[in-house]
Amino acid sequence: MQTKVENNKAWFLVLPVFLIVAFSAIIPLMTVVNYSVQDIFDPYTRYFVGTEWFKQVMLDSRLHEALLRQFIYSFTILIIEVPLGICVALMMPTKGRGASLALILVAIPLLIPWNVVGTIWQIFGRADIGLFGAFMSSIGVDYNYASDPTDAWLTVVLMDVWHWTPLVALLCYSGLRAIPEVYYQAARIDQASRWAVFRYIQLPKLTNVLIIGVLLRFMDSFMIYTEPFVLTGGGPGSSTTFLSQSLVQQAIGQFDLGPAAAFSLVYFLIILLVCWVFYTTIMNMQKDK
Amino acid sequence: MSLTLQNVSRVVEGETWIDNVNLSLEPGSFNVLLGRTLSGKTTLMRLMAGLDRPTKGKILMNGVDVTGVPVRERNISMVYQQFINYPNLTVYENIASPLRLAKMDEKEVDRRVRETAAMLRIDPFLDRLPLQLSGGQQQRTAMARALVKDSQIILFDEPLVNLDYKLREELRQELRALFKARNCIAIYATTEPNEALALGGNTAVLNEGRLLQMGPTAEVYHQPKDIITAEMFSEPPINVVPGRVSEEEVTFDDTVHFRLNSDLRRLTPGEYQFGVRASHIGLVPHSDDDLELPVRVDLAEISGSETFLHVHNPHFDLVLHLSGVHAYQVDQEIKVYFPTHKLYAFDAQGKMVHSPARMRDQ
Repeated sequence: MQTKVENNKAWFLVLPVFLIVAFSAIIPLMTVVNYSVQDIFDPYTRYFVGTEWFKQVMLDSRLHEALLRQFIYSFTILIIEVPLGICVALMMPTKGRGASLALILVAIPLLIPWNVVGTIWQIFGRADIGLFGAFMSSIGVDYNYASDPTDAWLTVVLMDVWHWTPLVALLCYSGLRAIPEVYYQAARIDQASRWAVFRYIQLPKLTNVLIIGVLLRFMDSFMIYTEPFVLTGGGPGSSTTFLSQSLVQQAIGQFDLGPAAAFSLVYFLIILLVCWVFYTTIMNMQKDK
Repeated sequence: MSLTLQNVSRVVEGETWIDNVNLSLEPGSFNVLLGRTLSGKTTLMRLMAGLDRPTKGKILMNGVDVTGVPVRERNISMVYQQFINYPNLTVYENIASPLRLAKMDEKEVDRRVRETAAMLRIDPFLDRLPLQLSGGQQQRTAMARALVKDSQIILFDEPLVNLDYKLREELRQELRALFKARNCIAIYATTEPNEALALGGNTAVLNEGRLLQMGPTAEVYHQPKDIITAEMFSEPPINVVPGRVSEEEVTFDDTVHFRLNSDLRRLTPGEYQFGVRASHIGLVPHSDDDLELPVRVDLAEISGSETFLHVHNPHFDLVLHLSGVHAYQVDQEIKVYFPTHKLYAFDAQGKMVHSPARMRDQ
């Protein structure tokens, strides 16, 4: 008779992954879940409130406004950064010293820490000492990001475009470099126009990096916190208060841990949902083709 | 439509890629460019297409100088080693693309696309995307794109290299048939002598940027002008053995020599290189004047139903091309028969000074 040797060694091999995932994702998330269903007064006084906080959060008009603002913001920067990034990538030199120089120049904004980016633009936009602000007032434009909501929006969007367009550009640049030279040669022989080369060769070959680029930019911009916090502090009024900022105000400013935790979970689910919808739509579009 | 290259050279960063090539191609001709990798085949094709400009020399089409005319204004097609199609257009749209750019009438486009697709036997796949096809079908699509418009010149840059053996033979045969009825100039680059022989037409042998010889394929094969052409245009390469011709005999070394036959008598005494094709050396004598050579086996290389037998004697190496599968032990001693009346002779500069009588008659 054959005896089966019991061997549980395999569990030890899975253990490191299990521990890392537990500490990096599951435990923190569960803590938040824990807060979201309790009303906490002090470490010894707490009440289970069920879905009460979720109801409150979902009906909070301040959050509705922040959510709307957040979507407008994310879509605005996507609409600007993706085409702009493609254009920059198409214009970057491909050979010689110019290529490496262009790569370094384009990559510089990506290397700057986020709060520094906020500070740079805060100074840059000031009418008294900032280059941009001084320039605007010298040509007679009444520009003040600290008091005018439109100017504040403009500055926040401009800052993000400056900071993150290079990421899209670098992704597209690498995608473009992966297209073999013979494709361009074949297009020249076919007497195809510059537009046709872009439309039928470059764009199809860029699809994959663009999906990654759009997803990354969407998620990042949807979670944006540091730069607007440093630049405008969410103001003037609440005109540039995005989701993460209202979350922080609630959690740390007012120390409403319960509603803040419920809000965090809703926030997390929104990002997950939008990314999933976006990803599956694009994948299905690709399959249909 | 004729294409003439006059003293064409191309120098890139001080390196000569194409060296003073003179070439004249007739309308309706099928021309093979034969050369090893880096011999300048692709560079020459790019010059013919107008993708690059020659550093020196002129390119004439129908007697008109087109040296500086860019590729966009010429009417040519090109098929590459890689399968180049528009990735997000269907096979139909891919084939139609050159016609659409030429603003052709929609009905005519449809007729031509279907006709060309049928000719290349890809008509069942017109609605698919190129990546949903096999390699052979993708290359057929690329070929259809090249053939669908009435190009004056069609260039093929090693189009069958990335296909498997069977597909290659199949497409090669079809290709030759496709060009029978056309009045354009077809130019086909390859590294393989067998492919050149199978395609027929004319062959131009290219080596290190220089055109060594150009003529009808069979003629170039049988009457190579020099030793490099002879070596390049045979698979396995022709055997080359140094020898000395005296008044009465040919001596390879002290032990191997034979009396001059009527054929070789015209050679003036001196040092020569003798060439003998691998398929002409046999394991049994075919004629009275065959020279018997004791040799040792290095390697029996079996390829399909043929055997390439590598052997050596103390003074030189030989390769035999035998039909059938032959098994030999390494170092086994055998006798081979050297056909003294099927020898090519090359002088010190490598120029051919003698070819076998039967080859001359052909």
